[in-house]
Amino acid sequence: MIDGLSAELLARFQFAFTVSFHIVFPAFSIGLASFLAVLNGLWLWTGNHTYRALFDYWKTIFAVAFGMGVVSGLVMSYQFGTNWSVFADRTGPVLGPLMAYEVLSAFFLEAGFLGIMLFGRDRVGPGLHMFATFMVALGTLLSATWILSVNSWMQTPVGFGMNDVGQFVPEDWWAIVFNPSFPYRLVHMVLAAFLTTAFVVGGVGAWHMLRGDNGAPTRKMFSMAMWMAVVVTPVQIFAGDQHGLNTLEHQPVKIMAMEGHFHSYEEGAPLILFGWPNEAEKRVDYAISIPKLSSLILKHDLNAPLAGLDTVADEDEPPIAIVFWSFRIMVGIGFAMLTVGLWSLFSRWRGTLYDSRWLHRAVWMLSPAGFLAVLAGWVTTEVGRQPFTVYGLMRTSESLSPIAAPAVATSLIAFIVVYFFVFGAGTFYILRLMRDRPAQQHDEQREETLHAGPIRTAGATHAARKDKAMSKTAEGSAS
Amino acid sequence: MTLDLPLIWAGLIALAILIYIILDGFDLGVGLLFPFEPGEDERDLMMNSVAPVWDGNETWLVLGGGGLFAVFPLAYATALPALYAPLLAMLLALVFRGVAFEYRWRTTRWKRVWDVSFFAGSLIAALAQGIALGALVQGIEIENRAYAGGWWDWFTPFSLLCGVALVFGYALLGATWLNMKLEGAVQERMRYRAAIAGAVTVGFIGVVSLITPFLDEIYFARWFAWPTALYSAAVPLLCAAAIAALYYGLKKRHDVTPFLASLTLFTLCFIGLGIGFYPYIVPHSLTIAEAAAPDSSLLFTLVGAAVLLPLILGYTAYTYWVFRGKLDPEEGYH
Repeated sequence: MIDGLSAELLARFQFAFTVSFHIVFPAFSIGLASFLAVLNGLWLWTGNHTYRALFDYWKTIFAVAFGMGVVSGLVMSYQFGTNWSVFADRTGPVLGPLMAYEVLSAFFLEAGFLGIMLFGRDRVGPGLHMFATFMVALGTLLSATWILSVNSWMQTPVGFGMNDVGQFVPEDWWAIVFNPSFPYRLVHMVLAAFLTTAFVVGGVGAWHMLRGDNGAPTRKMFSMAMWMAVVVTPVQIFAGDQHGLNTLEHQPVKIMAMEGHFHSYEEGAPLILFGWPNEAEKRVDYAISIPKLSSLILKHDLNAPLAGLDTVADEDEPPIAIVFWSFRIMVGIGFAMLTVGLWSLFSRWRGTLYDSRWLHRAVWMLSPAGFLAVLAGWVTTEVGRQPFTVYGLMRTSESLSPIAAPAVATSLIAFIVVYFFVFGAGTFYILRLMRDRPAQQHDEQREETLHAGPIRTAGATHAARKDKAMSKTAEGSAS
Repeated sequence: MTLDLPLIWAGLIALAILIYIILDGFDLGVGLLFPFEPGEDERDLMMNSVAPVWDGNETWLVLGGGGLFAVFPLAYATALPALYAPLLAMLLALVFRGVAFEYRWRTTRWKRVWDVSFFAGSLIAALAQGIALGALVQGIEIENRAYAGGWWDWFTPFSLLCGVALVFGYALLGATWLNMKLEGAVQERMRYRAAIAGAVTVGFIGVVSLITPFLDEIYFARWFAWPTALYSAAVPLLCAAAIAALYYGLKKRHDVTPFLASLTLFTLCFIGLGIGFYPYIVPHSLTIAEAAAPDSSLLFTLVGAAVLLPLILGYTAYTYWVFRGKLDPEEGYH
């Protein structure tokens, strides 16, 4: 199957594969790190054991997800050099420093304080432990900030000159870091991470309630997640709209692909809800559309003219169908989240938040939706800026390392096998941890007997026992 | 006064790589020693000795990659394709061993699988790093700002020798670290393994040092011609002192001395290598100045590094301090 594919296509597929696997983990750990900081803060502030029980529950899941994020991220930091060396040489002076800042200000912060957050509560005391938990959360957010600045500069490059060997040379760092699409992309991604986590947390709570667990921690996590859904989803839809307007200004071709506008419209462009983009014939087949709505959304004027892909040379166009569909998947999930959020608000008002089984089923169904939306959104923006790596200035085909197809194919197969095996196992372990009911109370008594010494943390013997019991149930149900 | 920014950065990148080698070195070394301790309790302890710090240790490798991309993009863009296979093997191996830290505690039936993954990942990562280093020392062919060699250029007897040497070197770091962190019978066994790994490592250092000057006349001149020979001669003398300290520490059953002596030995070898490299960053094809990014990139990144690196060193040291001392077998981190 891989025979006959060019090194470029294989390298692109390898990047898409490794980065898609990678983004799933940060999308979860950015949200979860902040959630953990909030839970720990509430536990210290209120002394309510429910928060501590939830912190301990999600902390274990966070540790597994974070480990997967670290190792899949390490791979990313070398992909530019191994497969995209011309890109690395030419953009290194601009993008390299931003990534160095990410490592220095974010990765070390997360990694340095993670050990204390996970294992050090009893060694450093509650105050410093809270500080460490906060630093981990801050690290995840700073990491998102820098890497989105890098990505945004590739979409909307500014603040640079060129030298005689063809390198992008930084001239205005402020302009580079805060490039035109960066603030929009950052807000959109961080909110996406929060929503993704909210629906995972809510989904786990809903699942346990469907199984008859009505303990305080389960209710609390479901309630907190639904508040997030209610508050953040509308903000996210607004942020996405603003991001779209920004894209229209700087990357109009991407918008044309998202909208499926093969042709220009002189007086008001229709909003194509669904259809089948036919790239050969340059039209959308079976289109269901609302007249003039696209112009209203994009230009705030029903009759505003809107240019289409007929104004763009074919070799400068992205693959239309992928962008068209991935955009609709993302938006569809966004509105499904909004609906469920409002539903939960209604149930809360009626006092049936913890009893409405249909609501619980809906939230449970949506628990992986955030990941899909994040992936679909990234596909939209990354495929949509093709055929360029640095938008309008450097083509993907010019960015490749001088590598032979067999070398890329071999490493690609290795990545696919290893990732499915390793991250498949990790996902299985996370799901199994989620299947455990959260401890109903953070038990002070047990804590004290288990942790007789001043430097004890969660007992290994206890964990091992729980593990054994768990795998016994697993074996029992399998046989 | 003008700052020689490329030179400062070459020093900082070298420092980051050195810190990576000694920190992840002992933590990969712990993985290398796994098969020799079949007992579950011992393995739990060994893993727990590095569990709170491994992630930070590995971040220095990300800094090595990211930093090179930032300040020496041309070196990054030529050395990485040249070392394609060993680097990808290393990354995949680090995936296997990195996840083992958490996965191992999440299962009983598959615990052995993740034990093997921890060991094999550590072994392949160590081997691949040594091979990559050896291949780099031998030089990389560059034309028109791109790697111009073949796909198997990295595969030579010398690079394989370096790979095996680094495996034993990391095992030495791991064994002396565990000698420091553990107590009782298992500590005795670690001390014994440290002695073996130490002897083999010293042998390999000798062989590699004898071959290197004959790989290229520049190395030869650097090591044996005046005045650089003065510095070059200091390195083996100091190495001899470190080896003596290691021997003495192990013989006298010290907890900390053998570990510090091993760290010193690694640092000295690294300095010796650095003397051989200068002024090249990719030996004999790319100098530090040629590979450097424009000054605006170097300066912008240096400002951040000047503020953040001391902070990083500070809180990293604090983490080590928090988890200092012998491991309590009753404690467990998970």
